[in-house]
Amino acid sequence: MTLPPAPRASAYVCQAVSCLSAGAQEISQGLKAQVAAAGLADVAVKRVGCLRLCAAGPLVQIPQTGQLFERVEPNRLEDVVAALERVDGDSASSPPAPFFGRQLQIVTENCGRIDPESIEDYVAHGGYSALRKALTTMSPAQVRDEIVRSGLRGRGGAGYPTGLKWNTVAKAAGSPRYAICNADEGDPGAFMDRTVLESDPHRVIEGLAIAAYAVGASEAYVYCRGEYPLVIRRVRKAIADAERAGYLGHAVAETQFSLSMHVRLGAGAYVCGEETALIASIEGRRGTPVPRPPYPAVSGLWDRPTLINNVETLANVAPIIERGADWFASIGTAGSKGTKVFALAGHVRRTGLVEVPMGITLREIVFDIGGGMPEGRQFKAVQTGGPSGGCIPAQFLDMPVDYESLLEIGTYIGSGGMIVMDDSSCMVDVARYFMDFCRDESCGKCVPCRVGTTQLYMLLDGISRGLASLADLQQLEKLAGMVQRTSLCGLGQGAPNPICSTLRYFRDEYLSHIEQRTCPAGACPIAPQAVPA
Amino acid sequence: MARQNHTSAAPTTDARWELVDARMRQLGNRPDALIEALHTVQETFGYIDRRALERISQTLSVPPSTAFGVATFYHYFNLLPKGEHTAVVCTGTACYIDGAAELLAALETELGVGPKQTTEDGRLTVFTARCIGACSLAPAVIVDGRVHGRERVPDLLERVRAL
Repeated sequence: MTLPPAPRASAYVCQAVSCLSAGAQEISQGLKAQVAAAGLADVAVKRVGCLRLCAAGPLVQIPQTGQLFERVEPNRLEDVVAALERVDGDSASSPPAPFFGRQLQIVTENCGRIDPESIEDYVAHGGYSALRKALTTMSPAQVRDEIVRSGLRGRGGAGYPTGLKWNTVAKAAGSPRYAICNADEGDPGAFMDRTVLESDPHRVIEGLAIAAYAVGASEAYVYCRGEYPLVIRRVRKAIADAERAGYLGHAVAETQFSLSMHVRLGAGAYVCGEETALIASIEGRRGTPVPRPPYPAVSGLWDRPTLINNVETLANVAPIIERGADWFASIGTAGSKGTKVFALAGHVRRTGLVEVPMGITLREIVFDIGGGMPEGRQFKAVQTGGPSGGCIPAQFLDMPVDYESLLEIGTYIGSGGMIVMDDSSCMVDVARYFMDFCRDESCGKCVPCRVGTTQLYMLLDGISRGLASLADLQQLEKLAGMVQRTSLCGLGQGAPNPICSTLRYFRDEYLSHIEQRTCPAGACPIAPQAVPA
Repeated sequence: MARQNHTSAAPTTDARWELVDARMRQLGNRPDALIEALHTVQETFGYIDRRALERISQTLSVPPSTAFGVATFYHYFNLLPKGEHTAVVCTGTACYIDGAAELLAALETELGVGPKQTTEDGRLTVFTARCIGACSLAPAVIVDGRVHGRERVPDLLERVRAL
């Protein structure tokens, strides 16, 4: 395979969902035409994955100088073309914009650099060398040991040590074994997995292949969210390309290792993020969880040992194998190693995809990277962890972001959704929103979750309408604890978390809805009090 | 109820069935191909009707009750035909705190259609989405497959009326 000579200058045009919907397609076509018209034979226009500053799309970057063009308009491409003409060998790199300054890219290092639909481009950027290294120079046990020593923990939300999980699967009796990538990203307000798979699908496939080798699996599945058509298309293409190139299928990279990989589509059931429900769904059944143990690691898909890892977890595997466990373990905090990708959204100036070392403070994410609140608005809270997470108030802005610290204050790192809320958001309304989500997504199998989430929703709805008493508040707290303790799976156990955390830090808002019948944020529909006759 | 059956159900002799049959065959006509088969039906015909469920359950040796149970369990599957056009309002967290509810309310009051309902004339079906992952564009709406970000009520109404 020969690659064409490196161009003198390139324009990278983001082709991720935000930019595409802002017209990135027209931009890349327009730029190509204008570059050709200007006779710039040594300039390349390349379609790349996410350039991450989603709020300012469509985005175009000139990698030689680092210059980033925001909100590019199809009829105003002259600035980009002029900048491309100016690039020469000594072009100084412009300093990174504040949005990028504090970020550290491992998972997203190829995002916005490679063409997501080209396996050649991935390989040219060092892709599949970690798989080759693992297969030809390491035993499965050595691969697992490397992951254990790296300190990598599951990025899907629970933070379970990845190496430990791999060891359990490898030591479980039974064959064949299966490896599954959970790409059914279900938390509202989270688009990390989507971006990684859209921008760099081979990275996840490579990680899944290494994981399969490490645990002795011969078959692998990518369980992909049905609502992400672009992801499905790119993952399917990437698997087919990898098979053709000999990185999947029979005798991978001319070794004894064989792996067949398939895509299975989710169909919009949040509960399928739970491992046993996900397995039921791959088996073609309703996604209802079953009690654990036995854990899927011992008895999973078709009752065989099964490894399930999240997209972001798997995207960390290749760099760990390539650069070593010590390198990875040197990043982050004592208990949380490496980086975390967050989807920064809500009431901040700069929203988008953010990858930061574990242990960075919330203040740095919200105010330095995100640029703080829009004019005239006051910070109120950051919501993390989706429907099983909580709201973090201003007093904890200087706390490090890692698994332990967030758990201490009653929320989760979760899968990485981070929604900033200003003073126009009502915390009772936010709790009500998430409970509405949970009652709708409850699979109905166990009573505490099926009935409990509905009752909790009705109580919250009453409070938000100014129709509740202090006794209702007491009932809410009691029931929340019961649902937490007695539900079968993580969906029910986590569903009361938004209530608990908002009650802990914003109890006064609940009280003013009940006692004064006012919503301090002005977000709730409180009807004027009926005057008793 | 604003629901209308303006599209006739897919006849069983329809050539499009070959796509569905091929997908089931590819997966060995085994019961675990059920969800994939439902996806293929929806992709091909736009929705899943009773005859499709019967055909799938026969081919895959799955009881019709199980096929119906699975098709109704998952939010993504439609058992009713869609209108000519679709508008999907994202109700993810970022969209919610930025006014997704107002967009839905406007469609309801102006056009008389709530989520999963179709206008009387069969022109437009409204859906909600859990989160389409375009949080930076909140509130987001997908009209006929195209994402529109930072959507406000007047823009949306104008957009769907122009369809």
